[in-house]
Parts: sequence; C-alpha cells; structure tokens
Amino acid sequence: MSCQDNGKGQLDLVSIRTRLEGGAEKKFWRSLNEVAGIEDPNLRDNEFAGGPGSRFQINRRNALKLMGASAALAGLTACTKMPTEHIVPYVNAPEGLVPGKPLFYATAMPWGGVAQGVLAWSFMGRPTKVEGNDKNPGSQGKANVFMQASVLDLYDPDRSQVLIHNGSVSGWSDFLVETEELRAAHLRNKGEGLRILTGTVTSPALGDQLSDILKQFPQAQWHQYEAVSRDNVREGAQLAFGQIVETVYRFDQADRVVALDSDFLFATPASVRYALDFANKRRVAGPDSKMNRLYVVEGVPTMTGVQADHRLSLRPSQVEAFAGLLAAALGVKAQGLGQSSIPNLPSDWIHALVRDLQSHQGSSIIIAGDPQPPAVHALAHAMNAALGNVGKTVVYTESIEVSPINQLQSFKQLTNDMEAGKVETLLILGGNPVYTAPVDLPFADALAKVKDRIYLGLYEDETSILCNWHVPATHYLESWGDLRAYDGTVSTMQPLIAPLYDGKSAYEILTLFQGQLGRTGHTIVHDYWMGQQSQKGQKGATASPAEGGFDVQWQTWLEKGIIDRTAFAPRQVALKSGLDVSSTAQQSDDSSLEIAFMPDPSVWDGSFTNNGWLQELPRPLSKLTWDNAVMVSPATAELLNRSAKRVKIKGPGLGSGIGGKFFNPGPTQGTENEVVQLSFQGRTVIGPLLIMPGIADGCVAVTLGYGRERAGRIGTGPGFNAYAVRTSANPWFGTGLEVAKTGMYYNLVVTQHHHLIGQGSKGKEEESVSAFRRDLVRINTIDGYRQNQDFAKDPPDMTTDAQSLYPTLPSPYDFKKGPQWGMTIDLASCIGCNACVIACQSENNIAVVGKDQVSRGREMHWIRVDTYYRGGLDTPEIYNEVVTCMQCENAPCEYVCPVGATVTGPDGINEMVYNRCVGTRYCSNNCPYKVRRFNFYLFSDWSAPSLFGLRNPEVTVRSRGVMEKCTYCVQRIRSHEIDAEEKGRQLVDGEILTACQQTCPADAIVFGDILQPGSKVAKMREQPRRYGLLEELNTRPRTTYLAKLWNTNPEIKV
Amino acid sequence: MDPVDPLTEEKPAFLSPGDPFLAPGHSYASVTDRITGVILGRTRKGWWIGFAIAFFLVLVLNYGITMLFAIGVGEFGIQIPVAWAFAITNFVWWIGIGHAGTLISAFLLLMRQKWRTSINRFAEAMTIFAVACAGMFPLVHMGRPWLFFWLFPYPDTMGVWPQFRSPLVWDVFAVSTYFTVSLLFWYVGLLPDFATLRDKAKAKFAKVTYGVLSMGWRGSARHWKRHEVCSLLLAGLATPLVVSVHTVVSFDFTIAIVPGWHSTIFPPYFVAGAIYSGFAMVIMLAIPLRAWFHLEDFITIRHLNNMGKLLLATGMIVAYSYVMEAFFSFYSADKFERYMMIDRMTGRYGIVFWILATCNIFVPMIFLWWHKVRTSTVLLFIVATFAQIGMWLERFVIIVQSLHRDFMPSAWGMFYPTPTDWEVLFGSIGLFFALFYLFARLLPSISIFEMRDLVHRTAEDAGVIAKVE
Repeated sequence: MSCQDNGKGQLDLVSIRTRLEGGAEKKFWRSLNEVAGIEDPNLRDNEFAGGPGSRFQINRRNALKLMGASAALAGLTACTKMPTEHIVPYVNAPEGLVPGKPLFYATAMPWGGVAQGVLAWSFMGRPTKVEGNDKNPGSQGKANVFMQASVLDLYDPDRSQVLIHNGSVSGWSDFLVETEELRAAHLRNKGEGLRILTGTVTSPALGDQLSDILKQFPQAQWHQYEAVSRDNVREGAQLAFGQIVETVYRFDQADRVVALDSDFLFATPASVRYALDFANKRRVAGPDSKMNRLYVVEGVPTMTGVQADHRLSLRPSQVEAFAGLLAAALGVKAQGLGQSSIPNLPSDWIHALVRDLQSHQGSSIIIAGDPQPPAVHALAHAMNAALGNVGKTVVYTESIEVSPINQLQSFKQLTNDMEAGKVETLLILGGNPVYTAPVDLPFADALAKVKDRIYLGLYEDETSILCNWHVPATHYLESWGDLRAYDGTVSTMQPLIAPLYDGKSAYEILTLFQGQLGRTGHTIVHDYWMGQQSQKGQKGATASPAEGGFDVQWQTWLEKGIIDRTAFAPRQVALKSGLDVSSTAQQSDDSSLEIAFMPDPSVWDGSFTNNGWLQELPRPLSKLTWDNAVMVSPATAELLNRSAKRVKIKGPGLGSGIGGKFFNPGPTQGTENEVVQLSFQGRTVIGPLLIMPGIADGCVAVTLGYGRERAGRIGTGPGFNAYAVRTSANPWFGTGLEVAKTGMYYNLVVTQHHHLIGQGSKGKEEESVSAFRRDLVRINTIDGYRQNQDFAKDPPDMTTDAQSLYPTLPSPYDFKKGPQWGMTIDLASCIGCNACVIACQSENNIAVVGKDQVSRGREMHWIRVDTYYRGGLDTPEIYNEVVTCMQCENAPCEYVCPVGATVTGPDGINEMVYNRCVGTRYCSNNCPYKVRRFNFYLFSDWSAPSLFGLRNPEVTVRSRGVMEKCTYCVQRIRSHEIDAEEKGRQLVDGEILTACQQTCPADAIVFGDILQPGSKVAKMREQPRRYGLLEELNTRPRTTYLAKLWNTNPEIKV
Repeated sequence: MDPVDPLTEEKPAFLSPGDPFLAPGHSYASVTDRITGVILGRTRKGWWIGFAIAFFLVLVLNYGITMLFAIGVGEFGIQIPVAWAFAITNFVWWIGIGHAGTLISAFLLLMRQKWRTSINRFAEAMTIFAVACAGMFPLVHMGRPWLFFWLFPYPDTMGVWPQFRSPLVWDVFAVSTYFTVSLLFWYVGLLPDFATLRDKAKAKFAKVTYGVLSMGWRGSARHWKRHEVCSLLLAGLATPLVVSVHTVVSFDFTIAIVPGWHSTIFPPYFVAGAIYSGFAMVIMLAIPLRAWFHLEDFITIRHLNNMGKLLLATGMIVAYSYVMEAFFSFYSADKFERYMMIDRMTGRYGIVFWILATCNIFVPMIFLWWHKVRTSTVLLFIVATFAQIGMWLERFVIIVQSLHRDFMPSAWGMFYPTPTDWEVLFGSIGLFFALFYLFARLLPSISIFEMRDLVHRTAEDAGVIAKVE
C-alpha cells in the first residue's frame, strides 16, 4: 500500500479525491493507487492478493515474518556457531556448558555510543535474552526497553546479509581489493578527501584506531553525528566551564531534584542507573522513610514528568526563561539573566522552589535536558554550584567520548565539503545519516558527489541504497568491542555467537584503512588493552601471554564485563566568570504554535524501527502502537479544530508522509484520527493527530524514527517522518509552526482507550474517572501517609466478609506451607518505562500480532502499564499502574474452565496448562483484571527458522486457540527449585527473579516467598499502604500494590 | 365463513370461545390425504426457490466455519475483553427457540391441551433443528474445536476429567440430554405416520424408506398402547428439561462474576425468554406453512390466537425481568452493577438496548392485547419477527455489553462484528430453514394420527360418529 513511487511519479491526491467524490468510479477501493489508476505491483504479481489473505487481514503474518521468517536464514537452520576466540562465561554461571542450562555472558550494548552493560543468556550457544549486568555501574543489573529488545534485532531476518556493491551482491575479497586501492590512493594524497563518519565514539580501542588512521592520513577527517544529539550538553559545559566535561549526577544522594525539560529517568545514556538511584532515594519503607522531591518543568509529559511531585507544564521554549528566573532567584550571576518572563507562571512556584532548594544545599540536583539550549545547561551548572551541589550530588569528569565535539557542526562541515566536491571517500560506520540528517542539510544529494561511499550498517536502509559499498555490520551480540559507560567505566563487549551473516564490526573495517589486514575485532580490543596495561607498567602486563599475566586479567574483565578502575575520577572545574546566557533563541510567542521533536520511546531515532517488539509496545502514556502521532493537548486540539486552516494535500506533500494509507472520510469504528499538515519553516509533513492530556498548550509534539522508506518488513511504512521538518537550527523545538487540517483520517491504534468527557480544563477522562471511583489507584502524600498509614486499606464495608451474606468458605488449597509465591508492585517507585513489558515478551516467547490485531484488542503482552489521569485535562496528574496476572488464590478464571486448564498450584501460582486448553475463553471473561491473552490465530511463528534461535527453550511456544497469561516466570522458579532440591539446600530470598522484576530499573517489582519471614516481599506486604486490586471480589490476589505516594511541597498549592 | 358446523358449535371450546381447532367437515381420510398429499405429491416450484435460498445460506455457513477451523477463531470479531459475542449469542438464541417445540408437545400433552395437536409436529421439528443449530456454536467458537470431546467425561487414558464446576460442562449435559430426548420424542411420535406414508407411497424408494423408518409399525392395539405409554413417559421426561436447559444455559452467565451476568433472576428470566422466542418462531413458521401447504383447516386462527396470547404472557415475564434487573442493579448498591446498568442504557451499546426494548416490550405489549392483531396472520407474523430479533439482541446485550466494560477501565474495549460473525449468524438461519424445508417436504408437518384422533374426539364431543371417508 505504501508504494507511491511507482516509477511514474507521485500520487495526485486531488484527482483521486475528485474521482472518489464524483462517484463515477467504483465505490469501494483498496488503495489510493487503485483509485488513481496505478497498477499496484503487489496485485499484479499476486492474483490472490485480494483473496482470503487480505480479506481476513492476516497482516499479522507480515508482522511475524518481519520478526523471523524467510528462507534466507538457511545458515541458521543448520547450526549455530560459537565464536572461535575464547569468550568467558559470567562468573556466577556453572562451569562449562551443561546442555539445557543457560550460560551468562557479560557484554555491553551501545546506545548513543554509550555502554549499557548487559548480561546475555546463552542457551547452547544462542543468545536468547539480555538482562542488565549488575557489575556494570551504568546498568546495575537493570535494563531498559532497548536493551531488552535488542536481542530480537540479532535474529531479524531483514538484517543485511551480504556485502553489496552498486546494488549487486559482492564478496569480501572484492571489498578488500577496493579498500587496498583506496588506501594506496589516500596514502599518496595524505588522506585528502578521506572522511569517516561515525556516531558518538566512546570506545578507547576504536578511538585508538581512528587516531592511527588520522596519523597515517593527516588530511583525513573524522566526523561524528547522532540524531538524538547531546550537543547542547557539550556546548553547555563549554559555555559554563570553557571545556567539555561529563556531568555525572548522583541521584542516590539528592533530596531535591529539579529537571528542566530533562527525561533523565528514561532518555539519557545514564538513565538506567539514574532511574535506580532516583527510585532508591524515593523508596518508602515506612512512615519514617524520607522521600526525595522532584520538580519537573517540561512541555510534553515524559516518564520523568509523570514522577514529578510538582510538574509545571511549559512549552520547551519557555524553559530557558524559567531557568533564568530560577537562577536569578538562587543568586546566580550571569549576563543576560532575567531578560524574559513567563506569562501565567503560578506565583508561588518559583519562591517555594527556591526556598526548598536552599534548604537542601548540597543535596539537590538541577538537571537540564538534552533538548534545552546550552544556556540552560550552563545555568543548571551555575545553580548547582550556587547550591553547593558540585562534588556532592553533581560530579564532573573527563568526557567519556573519545573526541567530544559539536557533532552538528561537524556534520554540517562534512556536508558542505561533500557539496563542494572535497570528499572523495566517505566511510560511514553505522548510523543512518541519510535518514536522520537535518532536513536543511542536503546530505543525501551531496553524497552523490562523493566518489567512494562505503557504508557499514545492520540494515539495508536509506543510506545503504545511496552508497556504492554496503558492508553488513555485526550486531553487538556478535562483536568484540569496548565501550565506556556513563561514568567512564570501560565495558567489554564479547560475542555470544559467531556473526550470523558474516558481518563486520567497525573495528574490523578500520583495520583495512590502517593497513592491518587480518586483525580481528578480538585482537584489536585485546591488544589495545594489553598495550594500555603495559604502558601503565603494571604487574603482569608483559608482552608474553604465556605467563598468563595479562590474559588472566583479561579473563576476569570479560567475566565481569567491565575493566576495573576505568571510571573517571571527579574533576575540579571552575565556572567561567562572566557567564553569558543572553538568550539567542527566539522568544516564545503565545499566539503561534511550537513544535517539539522527541526521540520515540520505542523506536528511538529510527534505529529500532524494524523491531516488532518495540513497534507493538504501547508507548508510555499514549499507549500508541505501531505509529507515531502529532500529539497535542486537549485545549490545543480544540483550538485547532476551531481555527485550523484546511488544506488539500497535493501529491508531493505525501512524499514524507504516510502515503496510501488514508481513508476519507470513513471513520468505521469512530476511532480514526484526523490527519493534519505541519508546516515548519517552509517544510511540511502530514501526520495523524492524537490528543494527550498534559502537553503544554500550544505545543505540538512529534516523535522521530518513523516514516522510514527502507527499513525492513516491519519498519518500512508506519508513521510519518518528523525528520522532514527537523532543521539544524531547530533540532529539538521551535516556534512558528502552522497546523492545517487535511480532511483525511488515519487509524491510530492504542491499547488503552481514553474517552474525553467535557471540555477544556474542566474536562475529564472517562476511564480514569471510573478507575478512581473504583479505587484502582490509591494515592496519598507522604505527610498524609504519616498521619493515616492505613489510608490505602479497603473501608470496612468493602472487605470481602462485609460484602457477602455467606460465611467465607475454606479454600480448597492449603496455602500454609512454603514457598508461597507473591509479588508486590510499588506504585510510588514505578516510572512506567515499559522495560518489564519487553522483558516479559523476551522471556516468555510472547508473539507479536501486528497493528491490525492490536486494533482488534488482541495484543498479547502479559504485563501492561495502565495509565490514568486525575484532575482536569490540561494539567492532570498522571498515574501508571503495572497490571499483570494477580495469581488469585480464589481465582475466578479457574472454576469456569470446563477442562481444568487453569488451576491454582500448591504454591499459589495460578497455572496455565496450555496443552489442556481448548479455548473457550470463559476464563478471560471472568477475569476481573483482564490479564489473560488469547491466541486468536496462530500468532506464534512456528515456521520461521530464525525465531527458533531467539526463543527461550524453557517456555512453551503457544499454538493457536489457547489462552496464556503471566506465570510468575514459573520456568525460573522451577529451575531454581530443582537446583535447590538437587543440592539439598534452601531457596534463598532474592534468588528467583521474575523477568519483569529483574529488569525493572526502579526496583518497583518485588517477588518472593510471602511466608518466609524477612523476605523482601513479605516485608513489602506488611507495609500498611499495601492494597489489592478489586479485593472486594474475594479473589485474594497474590500480586498486590503499594499505594502511590507524592512528596508535595506544602507551599505550592495545585 | 360457512354456516357454523354443529360439531364444533355446540360444545364450548376448551380455552376460549372462538374459531375451531379443526375446520369442519373433515374425516379420517380427508385429514390423512391432505397431510400426506404434501409429501407424496410433486415438489412445488416455490419449495425449490425457498430451499435454494436457504441452501445458499448453508453454503455461506460452511464457508464461515471452514475459515474458522482453518485459520482460527480470530475470524470472529471477538477480542479481549469481549471474548464471547455472536457465537454465544446465537447459541443462547437458538436454544431458546428450541424450547417451544418440547413445551407444546410435552407440557401441553400432559396438560391435555388438544389445540396443540396440529402444531406440535413441526414445533418439535423446529426444536430439533434449532438445538442442532445451537449445538454447533459452542463447537465453532472454541479455540481448538478439534478437542471438543475433552468436555465429555470419557474414559481418558490419563484419567483426566472435565472440570465439573464449570457451567460449560453442565451445558454439555443439559443440551445433549435435551436434544436426545427431543429427538426421541419426535421420532416416536412420527412412527405411526411413517407407517401411514409407507402404506400410501407409490414409489418403491419411498415405500422402503418409510417402511424402514416406521420400524414395523402395524397399528395393532398393543402398538398403540405401548406408543401411548412411551409418549407419556417421554413427555414426562421432556417437560422438566424445558425448564432445566435454559436454566443451565443461564448459569453460563450467573456463575461468572461479571457485572450484568452475575444475577440470581437469570434462570426464570431466561426460561421465560426462551419460551417467548420459541413461540415467536412457531408463529413465524406456522403462518407461512399453513398458507403454502393449504393447511388452514388444521392450523386455524384459533391456534394463532392462542399462541399470540402465550407470546403476550411470556413477553410480560420478560419485560418484568428487564425492569427487575435494572432495579436490582441499583438496589444492590454495587458500584460495578450500577455502572453496568447505566452504561447498558446510555453507553455505546445503548442504542442496541433500546432497540431490544422496543422489539421485546413495546411492540408486543402494544399490539398483542388486540384480538385483531392476534388473529391477523400478517400482523402476528410481524410482531413475532420483532420478538425474535429482540430476543437475539437481548442475548447480545447481556453478553457483549456486560463484557465490554467490566471491572478494569484500562481494559475496556469495543466489539465490532466481522463478516464471519454475520456469515455464521445468517448461515445458521439458513441451515435451520434448509432443514425445515426438507422436513416439510419429506415428513408430515402435522401429526396425521393425532389429527385423526382429533377428528374422532371432535366428533365425540359433538356426540356423533366421525366420518371415515
């Protein structure tokens, strides 16, 4: 459906519309192409395209094929290979490989170039799941959605599988010949015209290679570019200190945190660590516990904003003014301070905030967000200094990057040089610059002027098609490497599996230009660190590995996944005197709309667009799947509805939009979203409108990473490309946006419906109103909790006994003997980051069903994050609630099953017997929590060979027609129980972690034996703020909640 | 009308004065000839057309079911939270329709209601076919229909039994028992008529077939004696089943904790509703049947009037149940129940509720009080059709509306039917009518021997001897 470029040119929507309205043509139509009279190549090639397959919309098959499939994986079916070099299992793993038992290997995933330490499960040489590496300071055993989902990318059959030269398959030897010639030529001209483009590089070994190349080719240049750039952070440090330093925040020591448009809990390279530190500082064990207090000023609700005790909704462009006001009030001296004001700023806000911060000198943090201009970062540094936080909660270190530069400038310069014909050879190592480049830089056009374009990438994408050499890259689970974590700790990367498609890593490509043919990734990294050790002159770092000196150390490093003592020491940096923060940004103008660009919380900058798990993952808050949207507040939506112009989209306008997928007007299910045209600085893009409470009025939020033209079977198509209006001048936000209605509609699919009732700020949200009436979310302030600890308890008339005229029947099960498994979810800690959802999907082989099936309410996630709003629609409080199977002791699902396929076991787990299930779905109807998921079709892909490698062999792959649900990761429980029984030992509390619990960056999920005195879960259950969902139904849930607590500032009246 | 025949005029009619149960002037022979004439005569063009339409719908049903079996139950529009929808609605609806046959045959037989004679045979057939249609749905709605036998307590080698606390297992017993007894009752009733057909048939094939089916019936006094006893016994067995089947079906809902399902009034309410829709279906079948096969002498206006009254009576019970259901929701003070009832009337399926209220309450309550409506074939047919649609919608609302917004607002959703939903619904109607067409063509739609008995009794009541010829 998405083919607009049929060779003849673009679609002419205007004429299509006339034809449709004229009624001369047939009434029903399948695609715009059909109406336009363009032959659809799909239909031409497949005469059954309109047959049962499409009528019954088994589009999920596409979704499955993307995940797996395709005969091209012949190599996989045969066997998997362990890499030939010696990799070292994680230290806690059993020695040697026992068939059927997993081994764990510590490695690291690059995310924005920064190491996210992971621990990968390997079953018989196949990585099946990743967890956080507890030895790595950046992850501390926790993982985010991207880490969890990365294992699917490894097995993605859409990955580039062969080396391609000018569009046809080529061989590695040809490429060697080519690079030899290039090297020879550039050696002659000292590297003139040789350019290397990478993402952010933190790898010391890679940096060493790059500097070697720059030494050999003095005229060559190395550029870096990341679409989700941290230029503002670097420039902010430059502005404040005159040098680029890394800022490390110690949230575990901060009592007061002010986030200025910063999503530090989710969207920075250190987020996994920060989320845990923040949650630990916030955790409430009893009435005496102290909570930290978070203030967030932001335009679009983020996971950090939702956690805020006080959230001030300002447009991103107003945050700078706010920072100025705050800095002035805190006594920061700088030029250009207090130039601007903010209309409608609650009067008590700043004063209360300042008083609160000043009473927490040395234990507060002010953090500026990556989208904010350097001045805000500089002010944040100055405020931290003024509050005495530096050295305590805010620590400065050397930059973790090999070469911290302003990447946008670097990229601009590269593009200019390419335009000017100064670039002969361009080596692009990863990234997808053609897709992610700022739209005002003609990177793609300039690329044509480069003679030799070599692209190393995981996928055949927008960049690979424009390059004459495309070398398939290795996935990080197939590569050797080293990366720095947020604090500088070097994290080692080791391959768990030999490259599936003979890919190469960036290290290996660079050796060709170094003239060191034949060096493998392993030798490069190993030798580099051996060299480092001998330079340090430490003991054992001799050149002879026979003595076992360095290699023993190397082994221990690999075991732990980190290189000891490589974290950077704190550095003393002084604020520049005469800090100038005069605003260079446009003053926000209330009458015009403002656009805010954000990395998508699922597909990020587009690097995860072809990942089915992430695509189907309901985005935090919006619960949107498979698409991005133009998100606005209810009030802005109303304004647009009233006053937005109406435009007719012409063909070319669709080029960067969602071609061919609109239907007009035809809301068939009343859920379609109107498509609007965004015009920003002379460029336009169209996308569907989605109303999201909490966005600042006048702010229009779009996420990146969608509208891909070449991304693979999953990623190509969905959503619209926000890069099409993202310029180098306004990479994050900008005013002067115009929005026009197109009269077209598009079906966005959300997994939790929100029906708005009422208008404007008096408006409410129907589902949330009901949820709060039903006491599903229980809330208090910390002070209210101290006064009335039992606030979350059911009122006496709502208890099970009070609700029934009949005496409580004795349970058919004896739950008196341990272990009795139970779980608590602390709503005060949960940040709603979705990591648990993907962890569960990966652990339990949960199928991806595709957009169409999600729109029918058939998504399969065993755990979901519900979102509710309280208060008016403009500035609502937002609540996340993680819901999974409650493992009821008195389960309503159980007694209605005609075949006994779901039964409560002696240890309190409500067990699902897949092979006994006949699929009556009665259990789901009778489940008050609606946590059961049904295989309406054969959702699991039973035929794609690549997915065999991905799956957890300890979990059944469900067939069509059976019910499934959360099992408390029973496979993990049983394997530990068996182990304990074999060894005649007792199970230790904390030994068994469910997948969701293990990954939760906020440690909000606690699982264990509720009968074991002193176990973590038993302690949590003793907390007075524990409550169960819908306990009045006498379900006796084993999963219970700890009520949400706020630590509000009593001086601020909401 | 002709001058009133003294045979029927002199004796007061049992139920109410009015038209006779049997048009005057009939003898044993004329009754037999008229009824067997339909079967042994030539096939009429109209029959072929009607049958073709019904058979086409059977093919549609086949297509729908084939897709369901081949691809999966996801072909229906069901989802989470609405995991039951059309299939179960159809099931309950057809089971309900299947109630009138047995009620008329067994219950009224025990009550010695002689007006039942001319309608009981096709009402029984209707029951068999309706229950057959109903029985299909639990099967096709299963995720893994090939494992349906796991719901039966068969001697499994692993010693696994059904889970007897589940109402679905009770359903299996209730429906299969009901079907078996109804089928037996119907077949036993057919035995003397098969013999009549055997004797009257000219074609060899018909002779042999009816001969085999009549199981050697010779019409001896002993045969008649046994037949009478057997009929009464089966009637005695079937009568409680009329009440029990729909009670058990209602347990499918009441046992669950879903607001809108979990209700104590469902058993009587469902039984009344079942009889209501059953009688509506009998009316909808009787009116065309008597017109097409010229059976006005046997299915008289008096019959229609009586059935109209029954429709009115059961309709009042149904209407009362609706009111009580709403009342209990509020009186219970249960927040979920209250929300469900408000949502039922004003929510996204509110329009469906009000259509069903119109079909089931307002239309019958307004029109059936009128003698003119009850005795007008056209009007009565229309009112019965309303009731039939209303009863389908009632089950739809109970099932779908209750499920679509239950306890967790985050899991609320909407059900939208797919083409398969409609295919299976209309296909099942097609199957029902196809079977009925075959029945009307091949088997006596009116019990011959009971009509002859009626001729005898009518004459006896009049104090004369019935005419043979």
